[in-house]
Parts: sequence; structure tokens; C-alpha cells
Amino acid sequence: MARKIIEKFEIEYLQVLGEDGRCDEKLMPKLSDEQIKKLYETMVLARTFDDKAFSMQRQGRIGTYIQAKGQEASQIGAIFAIEDKDWLFPMYRSIAALIARKQPMHKVLQYFGGDIKGLESPKEVNNFPISIPVGTQTLHAVGAAWAAKLKKDKNVSLAFVGEGGTSKADFLTGMNFAGVFQVPAVLICENNQYAISVPRKIQTYAETFAQKAIAFGFKGIQVDGNDVFAVYKVVKEAVDNARSGKGPTFIECYTYRLADHSTSDDALKYREKKEVEEWQKKEPIERLEKYMRSKKLLDDAYKEKTAKEAKEKVEKEVEIYEKLPMPNKEDTFKNMFEEMPFQLKEQYEEFMKNG
Amino acid sequence: MAKINIVEAVNSALAQEMEKDNDVIVMGEDVGVNGGVFRATDNLQKKFGPNRVIDTPLSEEGIVGTAIGMAAYGLKPVAEIQFSGFLFAAFDQLFSHAARIRWRSSNRYHVPLVVRTPGGGGVRAFELHCECPESYFAHMPGIKVVCPSTPYDTKGLLISAIRDPDPVIFLEPMRIYRAIKEEVPEKEYTIPLGKAKIAREGNDVTLVTYGAMAKYVLQAAEKIQDKVDAEVIDLRTIYPFDSEAIINSVKKTGRAVIVHEAPKTSGFGAEIIATINEKALLSLEAPIVRVTGYDTVLPMAKLENYHIPSEERIIKGISKVMSF
Ligand SMILES: Cc1ncc(C[n+]2csc(CCOP(=O)(O)OP(=O)(O)O)c2C)c(N)n1
Repeated sequence: MARKIIEKFEIEYLQVLGEDGRCDEKLMPKLSDEQIKKLYETMVLARTFDDKAFSMQRQGRIGTYIQAKGQEASQIGAIFAIEDKDWLFPMYRSIAALIARKQPMHKVLQYFGGDIKGLESPKEVNNFPISIPVGTQTLHAVGAAWAAKLKKDKNVSLAFVGEGGTSKADFLTGMNFAGVFQVPAVLICENNQYAISVPRKIQTYAETFAQKAIAFGFKGIQVDGNDVFAVYKVVKEAVDNARSGKGPTFIECYTYRLADHSTSDDALKYREKKEVEEWQKKEPIERLEKYMRSKKLLDDAYKEKTAKEAKEKVEKEVEIYEKLPMPNKEDTFKNMFEEMPFQLKEQYEEFMKNG
Repeated sequence: MAKINIVEAVNSALAQEMEKDNDVIVMGEDVGVNGGVFRATDNLQKKFGPNRVIDTPLSEEGIVGTAIGMAAYGLKPVAEIQFSGFLFAAFDQLFSHAARIRWRSSNRYHVPLVVRTPGGGGVRAFELHCECPESYFAHMPGIKVVCPSTPYDTKGLLISAIRDPDPVIFLEPMRIYRAIKEEVPEKEYTIPLGKAKIAREGNDVTLVTYGAMAKYVLQAAEKIQDKVDAEVIDLRTIYPFDSEAIINSVKKTGRAVIVHEAPKTSGFGAEIIATINEKALLSLEAPIVRVTGYDTVLPMAKLENYHIPSEERIIKGISKVMSF
């Protein structure tokens, strides 16, 4: 007979780069100056695209758009830690991740402009179509990672889920399968504090989202999601572990959604301007700039050049998008099946005649 | 040729496809060590090992959702859902993902997934252990639905389903899992999805059915053969379905009775009638009759035989269309 503690847990938190742009050199991940510049340039590019897409929505040039503003570090830092052959399972907000993952920006606009072809992955990478239902993609990431393990490929799956998504059964059961079968998956929760209007406290009574991994038998860790070095470091460790057969990791990126939930939302209905201003100070790009300036990796000229190049790239992609032809009316019938079954074929023929 | 039942036919199809193609795997609750609660996967884990015949945690959305990821990656999972009433937990994964990944990815990814589950009542099973969910899936763009009725068909259709590059719901007729034994070739063979079988030729009335009901419809047709010469069409698959076979038969007989266990309203029978109306209305000599389950919850053991079409009810239905 006994009454005793049989299990205890601790949750690690990592921040490498402080809000003031100072960094703890001991914690700094291995990154060359070139890599740091590449990170910075990609983050600026994603932000520039985000601003542009937002204004295009306001001008009616695309439909509803979902901004990643403020989450560039957690998305792009993570993508820098995987390889082309790995599998990415994005959600609707993973636009910065997709841009870092070679998804052409005109494709992103094509999708939000109302053409499904925008979700098509570039050949050289494995980007899954973004998940529209919240949380369900967790299972696909775990399934693909499991398949990689069974086929003895050394590929890793990386999935993004919001903190709201962690309340879904699909997420929880995905975590469970990941643990039981020790699959090479890295599951990232971008805790941006809100699921539309619902604050983080209503998704879980637990102190962190990271600790959810403990119940499934594997490591959960919280990082400052606005610190691109911390995100990169933790995801890289997780990816290396997964690739070498050490199983899954769950990572909570503690961050903030600086924009409205979507272009159809007004966040001032449920959060104070002051709160947004406070988080603006912790914003990931400026923080990285401060660091780079102190390391002489960035000066005004380089900053201006980066901004200008990003703008040019985005404008070019907008041009490509706007020149895309209307999808063919019959496109919807294509790709439902490898071969159109009889019933569909009949409808297709009728549609082509009269539709 | 050995005489085998439907459960054995499932087992034989799985074993042969696994032998042939390393990408075929089996997963589900109790499918491994135990060989499935109906023994459909008996001995497969012994033969192919725990990495190809996988006992999963108890989560239907987990089984189907991970199987979707596996299939998109390049495996060909055959997922077992232990009882059809529990398939609904995976509905979202099938509707929102499996059915449309090919479409959403512009053909970059596809989902060669089979979800097997025993369907239909008549075995005095527990609540929710014997549902008839076929119409939900026939109504789901991007999914194929197979409802076999004999051991021979089960084997040939399951092999086709496994080789099919798109998601297939394979609804096994639980009630007759062991009720029919017939000679089934040991060698592999396929039966194309979307082709019906004329289970009995006749000239007076067309009886259209699928799954476990096929056996009872045939029995009814035999029973009244002195008075009515009935043609029985066993659809085998309901998406796609062989409308040509139905139309040809109705044009010949001018009358039709449709039999299924699922509830009447919006059941698959409604689709069959609509198809006949579109293509053979002027050949009809009588209104079409549906003999189906009712729009109620499937009752428990004591009342289930009132609900599931019986031979008597089928014969009454036939008499009704013949009375015009
Ligand atoms: C299953 C499901 N329910 C509801 C919605 C509608 N919806 C879209 S986004 C969202 C909030 C999601 O919040 P979170 O998971 O935290 O991600 P975030 O949008 O903050 O990045 C909701 C409720 C949905 N897309 N999917």
C-alpha cells in the first residue's frame, strides 16, 4: 500500500533573442551570417506579402485573406529547420511558412482569389494543401510520418496547428498516435492567444499547451515564438531527433496574432488596442533587426535594399497572379477521381453541353 | 476451388494483396493479434508482421485520419472500422479530406484508402453495431461505395477496392458474413467497381438491391417464381452504380421494386427511382415500390425483424407493383 508521487513533469521554455535584440550567445543555434540574412529577408518578404494581400482584399482583388502578421518567426524559423523532401502540413494561417517553403506567392493569391489550383505544391517540395478544418491536419502529418517510418525513408512531417486547434479530438488523437508509434513528426502549436475571439484561457485550463505532450509520452517545449533563433533551434533539434528515430516532439510557439483573425474580422470587438500595442513591441522582425545591427549584419542601406527587393518580388508575383486566366469551367470535374466514374461523367457531359 | 464464406473471402483478398504489394497494410482496432472481432484479419499479423497489420489506439478518426496521411504518402492502407455505427467519428476526415485531397492538390496527392466496416442489421447485435450508412457516403463527392453480397463478389470487389487509386468505403454484409459458402477461386481476380450483377433473370419485374438484402430478395423471387418471373439486380457498388443495368432491365419488365435496409427517406432507393424516372419513365407500367427500413432508429434485437425488409415484405412489395 502506498500513496506517493509516481510521475512528475517539467516544461522547458526557450528564448535566445530578447525583445531588446540582445541574445544569449550560449543558446544561439549554429547559423552562418548568410543564413541569418536569409531568415531576415524571408521574414521581410512574408510581411511585405501579407500587407499587400491585405490591401488587395480591401480593393476586391482577392477574397477573404488570412494574415500571418506577427507569426513570421515561428513559421519561417520552423521551415528553415526542415529539408525539401520533408512533408509540410500547413493550416490556413501558415502563409509565411508556405512562402519560406517555395510556394510561389502568386499561387497563394490564386487560392485566396478563388481558384483551388493555388494550393498545388511546387514539385521540389512536399507541401500538403492547407487545412481548412481546424486541427484535422495533425492526423495527416502523423500518418505521413508513420508511412515514412514504415517505408524506412528518413523523411519528417511538420505540422502547424493553432492553440484553438488543440481542443479538437483530431489533434489529441493525432498526438496519441504520434506517441504510440513514435513517428518522425514535429507538431507545432502557434499559440497566438486567440481563436477568432476566444482567448487562450478558454481552450485549456493547463498552464501551457506544451505540457499536453506529456500525457502522450513525449517531449513538449514552449518557445518564444517571436524569437526566430529559439524557434529554429528547437525545431531543428526536434527534426534531428525525428529523423534519427527518436520520435515526435510537440512545440508551443508563444506568439501573438497582430492582425485581425481574417479580413472579415474586427479584433477590437474582443481585445484592447493597448494589448496589441504591447505585443507590437515584441514583434519578431524588428527584434531580429536590432540583433543584426548590433552584429553589423544590417545597416540602413541593407535594410532599405531588403525592403525594396521584397516589394519588387511581391509586385512581380501580383502581376503574375493578375494575368492568370480564369479557371476553365470544367476544372471542378477534374481531379475528383483518377478516372471519372460513370455518374460524374454523365453530369460532366451534360454540363459541357448546357452548363 | 474451396468453398468459403464472406469473412474468409475478405481474409483471402487481404492476404493476396498484401503478398503482392508491400504498400498494402491493414490497420484498426483488434485487427492484429486478435485477427479482428469477426476474424476477417485472422492470421494476417502472423504472416505479415505488426508493421503491416497494425493494432491501433481506439479512435476511429485517428485510424482514418492517419490512414489518409499514410495513403497520401504512398502506402495503401486498408482500415477496419470495427462496427459501422462508429464510422461517423471519421466522417469529417472522409468528407473534408480523403474525398478531396486529389482535387485540392491538383492531382499531386491522392488517397488510395479502403475503409472496411461490417454494415446492416439482423444479427441481434448491440445498438450502433449494425447501421446502414451507405447513402451518406454515396452522397459524398470523391468517395466510392461498395456493398458486396456473396463470397465471390467480396473477394473480387475488395481486390478492386484496394487497387483503386481513390478512397473506397467497403460495407461488408455482417448478417450474412458466414451464412453463404460458395466456391471462390484461390487465385486473385477482380470485379470492376460500378458493374452490377444480374443475380436472376426474369421478365415481369425488376428487383434492385445490394448487400445483405440480395440474399433475401433472391429467396423471395424464388418463392414466387410460379406467379411472377422476377429479375434481380445486385448493384454490388452504389457509387458509382450501374444505372445501365437497371434501365435495361426496367425497359424489359416495366416494373421495379427496390429493397434496402437503410431508412426510406433519402435512402439510396430514391436515387434509383430518380434514375429510372430520368431514363425509363415511359417504360413503366406501375409506380415503383420501395421496401426499406423505416425513418426510425434501428430497433434492438426484439423488434429488429419488423424493421429490416423480410421475405414477406419483399413479396408484398412485388405483389403491389404487379397489381397495376
Ligand atoms: C473544425 C472547425 N471549426 C471551426 C472553424 C471556424 N474557424 C476558423 S479559424 C477558427 C479559430 C482557430 O483558432 P486557432 O486554432 O487558435 O488558430 P488561429 O486562427 O488563431 O491561427 C475557427 C473557429 C474551422 N475552420 N474549423
